[in-house]
Amino acid sequence: MAQERRITAAFPEAVIRGLLPGSAIWRNVGRFARRKPLGAFGAAVALILIVVAIFAPFIATKDPSETNHRLVYARPGSELLLGGDQVGRDVFSRLVYGTRVSLYAGLLSAFIGATIGMLVGVASVHFGGKTDLIVQRIVDTMMAFPALILAIAIMAALGASLNNVVIALSIAFIPSTARVLRSQALVVKEMDYVLAARAIGAGHGRIIFRHMIPNCLALYIVLVTVFLGTAIVAEATLSFLGIGVPPDVASWGGMLNGAAQRYVRLAPWLGVFPGLAIAIVVFAWNLLGDSLRDVLDPRLRGTG
Amino acid sequence: MQAYILKRLLLFIPTLVLATLLVFVILRLIPGDPAITKLAGDTGEAQFTQEQLATMRAELGTDRPLYVQYGDWVWGMLRLDFGESLYFEEAVARDLATKFPITLELTVLALLIATLLAVPLGVVSAIKQDTPTDYVARVIAITGVALPNFWVGILIVYFLVLLFDWIPPLGYANLWEDPGTNLQQLIFPALTLGFYNMAFMARVTRSSMLEVYREDYIRTARAKGLAERMVILRHALKNALLPVVTVSGYEFGRLLAGTVVIESIFVVPGMGKLLIDSVFHRDYTAVQAVIVVTTASVLVLNLALDVVYGWLNPRIRFT
Repeated sequence: MAQERRITAAFPEAVIRGLLPGSAIWRNVGRFARRKPLGAFGAAVALILIVVAIFAPFIATKDPSETNHRLVYARPGSELLLGGDQVGRDVFSRLVYGTRVSLYAGLLSAFIGATIGMLVGVASVHFGGKTDLIVQRIVDTMMAFPALILAIAIMAALGASLNNVVIALSIAFIPSTARVLRSQALVVKEMDYVLAARAIGAGHGRIIFRHMIPNCLALYIVLVTVFLGTAIVAEATLSFLGIGVPPDVASWGGMLNGAAQRYVRLAPWLGVFPGLAIAIVVFAWNLLGDSLRDVLDPRLRGTG
Repeated sequence: MQAYILKRLLLFIPTLVLATLLVFVILRLIPGDPAITKLAGDTGEAQFTQEQLATMRAELGTDRPLYVQYGDWVWGMLRLDFGESLYFEEAVARDLATKFPITLELTVLALLIATLLAVPLGVVSAIKQDTPTDYVARVIAITGVALPNFWVGILIVYFLVLLFDWIPPLGYANLWEDPGTNLQQLIFPALTLGFYNMAFMARVTRSSMLEVYREDYIRTARAKGLAERMVILRHALKNALLPVVTVSGYEFGRLLAGTVVIESIFVVPGMGKLLIDSVFHRDYTAVQAVIVVTTASVLVLNLALDVVYGWLNPRIRFT
C-alpha cells in the first residue's frame, strides 16, 4: 500500500516517463497487438471512433442539421460524399456527429450500469444473509424482463432524450452485472486477505472498496467493454424506433428511421451507411472485448 | 422430481408478483397525470375545469391510493382483464388476444430456425477446432452478433424490394386459415430474428461441446470401439446440449424483445408493434399489459425449461 502511495505522488513524472518510446507501456501494447491481432484491430477502430467524436466539427464537411432543397436525395459521390437525405442534409456529416451520440450513450451507460451493478453484487455478498436473499430476488425479477423491453418501459416513462437513453440502458445493465459479479465476489469473500481484513476489524467500506472490489475489477472491465457494444446497438435501436434520441439530433439509429425505410428505390444509401457504421463499430468492439476477456480472465480462455 | 418442480414453482410466483410491481412502479414514475393528458386532448390545449379533472380522475381510478390501484390492476389481470386502453378506449385484452399469437408464432419460428442452424454449426466448429472450417463458422457467429438485427431487417427488405418487387403485406393471414400465405409473411422476419440468436447459440454449443469432448466418458466410449459418429451423437451432443437448453430460455426473451423492432420493419401486426404504438400514444395501460404478458411468458418458459432440465439432467434434481 505504501508503494501505491509513492506511485501516485510521483504521478506526472512517472506518466511522462512511461509514455516515452521504448517504455514498458509500449512494449505491452506491442505484445498485445502481436498476440491478439484481432483485438488490436478492435482497439484501433475504438480509438478512431473516439477521435472522430472529439473532432467532429473539424471532420464534418457541413452542419449536420443544415437542410438544402437542392440536395434532397443527392447521390453519394456527387456533391456530398455519402449523399443527401430527405431534406437535403449531408449524410456524411450526420454520421460524423452521430458518433458523439453513440459514444456518449455507450460509454456512460456501460460505465454507470456496470458500476452500480458491481456495487450491488459485491455489497450483496459482503452483507450476505437476508440482504443477499432480498437483493437476489430483485435481481432475478429484473432479469425476467428482456433488457430491451425494460429499456422501452423506462423510455416510455421518461420520454425521448439522450440522457434518458443513458438512464434506461444503465438500469438495464444493472441486474446482469450484479449477477455476474456476485459469483466472483463469493469467491473473493473467502480469500485469506478478506478474512484477515475482517480479523483486524476493518469496516464495511474498507473491506468492500479496498479488498473486494479491486479483486473483481478484471471482470468489471470485461463487462464494461461488452456492454459498450451492446449499448451502442441498443441506443441505435431505441432511436430507430423513434423513442430514443429526438429525431432532429443526428444519431445512427435515427438516420435509419423513416425515409431510409420508405424510399428504398429512390435513396438506398440512406439505409446502408448508418447501418454499416454501427456494424463496423460493434464488430470491432466485440473483437476487442473477446481479446480483453482472454487476457484478463484466464478461466474463459479458449471457450469463445 | 416432484419436490424439485414444487421448489421451482415456489420461486416462480414471487418473481412474477415482483415483476408486476416493478412495471407498476416504473410506469407510475411518469411525470404528468393521465387525466390531464386525456382532458387536454391531442393538441394539449383544450380547457377544462377542476370538477372535470376530478371526474376524469375518478373515472380512470387514479384518485385512489396507489396500493389500491395496484391491487385492482393485479386482480384484473388474474381474470384476464388488462384494463381499458387509454387511446383506443377498448379492452386491451381483446387487442392482446389477436396480437399475442402472431408474436408467439414469429418467436417460435425464429427459435426453431436459430436452433436448427446453430447446433450443427457449433458441433462442426468444435469437432474441427482450429481448422479453416472452425474459423469460418466462428466468423459467421461473430458477424451474426455484431450486425444489429434491425439493420439486417432493413437490408432484407431492400433486397426483396429491389430484386423481387416485394412490398410488405398490409393484411395478416391466419396460420390456421391460410398457412401458405402466413408462412410467406413470417419467414423473412423469422429469419432475421433467428440469424442474430443463431450466432449466440452456436457459440454456446461450440464451447460446451469442446468441454464435453474432454470428459472421461467420451474416452471410454471411444475405447470400447464405438464409431466416432455414435460418440458424437449419442454421448457428446446429448450432454453438450444441456447448456443450450438453458440459454434457449434466455434467448426466447431476447427474441420476444427483438420482435418489437422486426415487427415494425416488416409490418407484422403483433405485440411488438402494439407496444411501440402504445408508447407513442402514451397509452400506459396497453404498455403495462404488453410488458407483463411478455415477462410472464418468459417466466413460464423458464419454469418449463427448468423442469425439462431436471428431467434431462438427473444430477441437479437431487441437489
